[in-house]
Amino acid sequence: MTETSRTERRTERAIAVALVISAVSALGLAAVYAAGGHVQWEGLLLGVSLASLGWALAAWGKHLLPAGPFVQERHPLDEVEDPGTVSRLVDGPPAAPVGSPDGELDTEGLDVVARRSFLVKLLVAASGALGVAALFPIRSLGPDPGRSLFRTSWRAGSRLVTEEGRAVRAGDLEVGSVLTVFPEGHIGEADAQTLLIRATEDDLRTRPGREGWAPRGHVAYSKVCTHAGCPVGLYQVATRELLCPCHQSLFDVIDGARPVFGPATRSLPQLALEIDGEGFLVARGDYDEAIGPGFWERP
Amino acid sequence: MIKRANRWFDDRLGASRFVRTALNKVFPDHWSFMLGEVALYSFVVLLLTGVYLSFFFEPSLKEVVYDGSYRPLAGVEMSQAYESTLRLSFEVRAGMVMRQMHHWAALVFLAAIVVHVGRVFFTGAFRRPRELNWIVGCSLLVLSMANGFAGYSLPDDQLSGTGLRIAYSIALSIPVGGTWVAYLLFGGEFPAESIISRLFVIHVLLLPAAILALLGAHMAILWRQKHTQFKGPGKTEDNVVGSRLWPSYALKSTGFFFLVAAVLALLGGLAQINPIWLYGPFRAADVSAASQPDWYVGWLDGALRVFPAWEIRAFGRTVPSVFFPGVLLPTVSFGLLFGWPFIEARRTKENDREYHLLDRPRERPVRTGIGAGVISFYVLLFFAAGSDVLATVFDVSVTSLLVAFRVLLLALPPVVTYVTYRLCREADALPDEEVAPPVVVRTASGGYVTADDHDHPDPTGPAGPPG
Repeated sequence: MTETSRTERRTERAIAVALVISAVSALGLAAVYAAGGHVQWEGLLLGVSLASLGWALAAWGKHLLPAGPFVQERHPLDEVEDPGTVSRLVDGPPAAPVGSPDGELDTEGLDVVARRSFLVKLLVAASGALGVAALFPIRSLGPDPGRSLFRTSWRAGSRLVTEEGRAVRAGDLEVGSVLTVFPEGHIGEADAQTLLIRATEDDLRTRPGREGWAPRGHVAYSKVCTHAGCPVGLYQVATRELLCPCHQSLFDVIDGARPVFGPATRSLPQLALEIDGEGFLVARGDYDEAIGPGFWERP
Repeated sequence: MIKRANRWFDDRLGASRFVRTALNKVFPDHWSFMLGEVALYSFVVLLLTGVYLSFFFEPSLKEVVYDGSYRPLAGVEMSQAYESTLRLSFEVRAGMVMRQMHHWAALVFLAAIVVHVGRVFFTGAFRRPRELNWIVGCSLLVLSMANGFAGYSLPDDQLSGTGLRIAYSIALSIPVGGTWVAYLLFGGEFPAESIISRLFVIHVLLLPAAILALLGAHMAILWRQKHTQFKGPGKTEDNVVGSRLWPSYALKSTGFFFLVAAVLALLGGLAQINPIWLYGPFRAADVSAASQPDWYVGWLDGALRVFPAWEIRAFGRTVPSVFFPGVLLPTVSFGLLFGWPFIEARRTKENDREYHLLDRPRERPVRTGIGAGVISFYVLLFFAAGSDVLATVFDVSVTSLLVAFRVLLLALPPVVTYVTYRLCREADALPDEEVAPPVVVRTASGGYVTADDHDHPDPTGPAGPPG
């Protein structure tokens, strides 16, 4: 074995070790982040990972690639430079112009690097590990969704209050009218917005399991459209249908807010109501399903 | 696979000829050519970490009551800007390391630019045809300083608020339109409601966009004009000798990027910087001793401290004393910096042709002397910005320090210039060729001779075979 190839082997080994250190540190960085984060460890591991990757690349470029020196001619700046002129090795023969006639593409530079396929694989692994670790801080951008999409602020006994904060009594609403209500103390909350509609008790087609949810014809549905989440803002009194102005989904108020037209596929969730001792309308609890548009975890 | 991908792109872009020539481009190798790269790579780190911070920072002066995890400030009223900076430092995972990396990257960015400017200056790399890129580079320096200042003013802490107060006073001191400039910039009398949200837009949009555009121009001009090189065997005004862009230079340079980022990561994780929770939220009526700005603004703060109390009345108006160190000094400083290539060329007549071979600093005693003198002036101003700290450390009075700084500022630069000039002259007079060191040989008898008289009989002992 010649002296040069021995030093080259040593360099290759050192680069391989550096790349492994880089990958391991990057994975360590991801682990530190996942475990809750720690500023000194994050800085240290990121620094070590970057430094060993950087050293590996620099050493590769410096010791394992044709070092030259190369020479390139300057041309007067006011002249158009021939794009075919290339640099050549100092003391080497004049370089052949770029683009040989048969159109064969030159990949010499790539081949020189790709020849060391083991190092290339390690390099991909190390930069991949660093890339993965760099994705972890995205987690800081928001909280864990958990069960929050299945919950609103409605609780058993929550009074229905208007946007102005007035609690609604049974009988405040005339038959055929509609009112936007919120749980007391949570006025304006997007996921708790609810439509209170007064129908006549005989008209309503009560679904099994929802008996007694609409005392004296007061029926309440989530105001958030089950299609794309717009407020279902329009009530057509004559047909007793709710219309979502965004994509024209129609919901039948009498029949459990079943979608009868448009892109919506699910009924508006119904809020169970009762009348408390003082005559106020209150919720019997939260919605029994997730309100609003569909999402993957919805059963 | 690679060949097929190459072919696919080339059939659509027809760029292979151009790309091949580009990849073949030669860049000269010298450590001092990496200073600009340090700046560029710090800027990349600034962009990456800055984007992360912008997801959490709230540029608003709306008052809130703190209830976060840093207990010493529990219940304290503060702006949302300050509160969200505390939150992104203490509660957002990886927030602290990002924020500290961002701050360190800014300090290193400016330092690299300044040293890079020094390299270009002392080697004469600004001469024709590169005057244009000198101007682009100087503009980058100014914009980067402004953006650094805007950035560290954002958290609305006591220290940066004091800095803004001073910046506002400097704006006020501009003749004729100063009050208008200050009011339009801040949106009213200090501390106006809009300043933080405006600084935010300036810091994350306007100045970075301008810096990016100028960086592009800086590199494009460099590409077109090709890099300068030091004199050496085979190196002429008509060629460039060094590494090819691909693969050697590309790998080395990418590796260098990671090394710069590594240093910034280590600093960001291990070295605390700008601990705003210790300074407290900004209150217009509070101030602390040892209020020093980031290092690159130090010379301006120092100038404000040492300048004599002159306030001129002319035409029934006041020229505020702050005008001289706060407006006039930077204007003259940057004016001379921007204009240097033209000032020098007027005297040396070196605009008759293109200059691609660099000077060694000692070959240009006048330029090097002036440069050294000017640097000593600004270094003195930088230290003057720490006069209160220096007074405490060395147990001397601030007044005597002030007098000392005034004397030094006038006396030291000429001395430095002259001494540097003399040293350059002497060094340049030395022979340039490397003198081979004498070879000493031990003789068999134990005596020592230099190789020159090696063949002659050993004067100190009996003659023997040459050792």
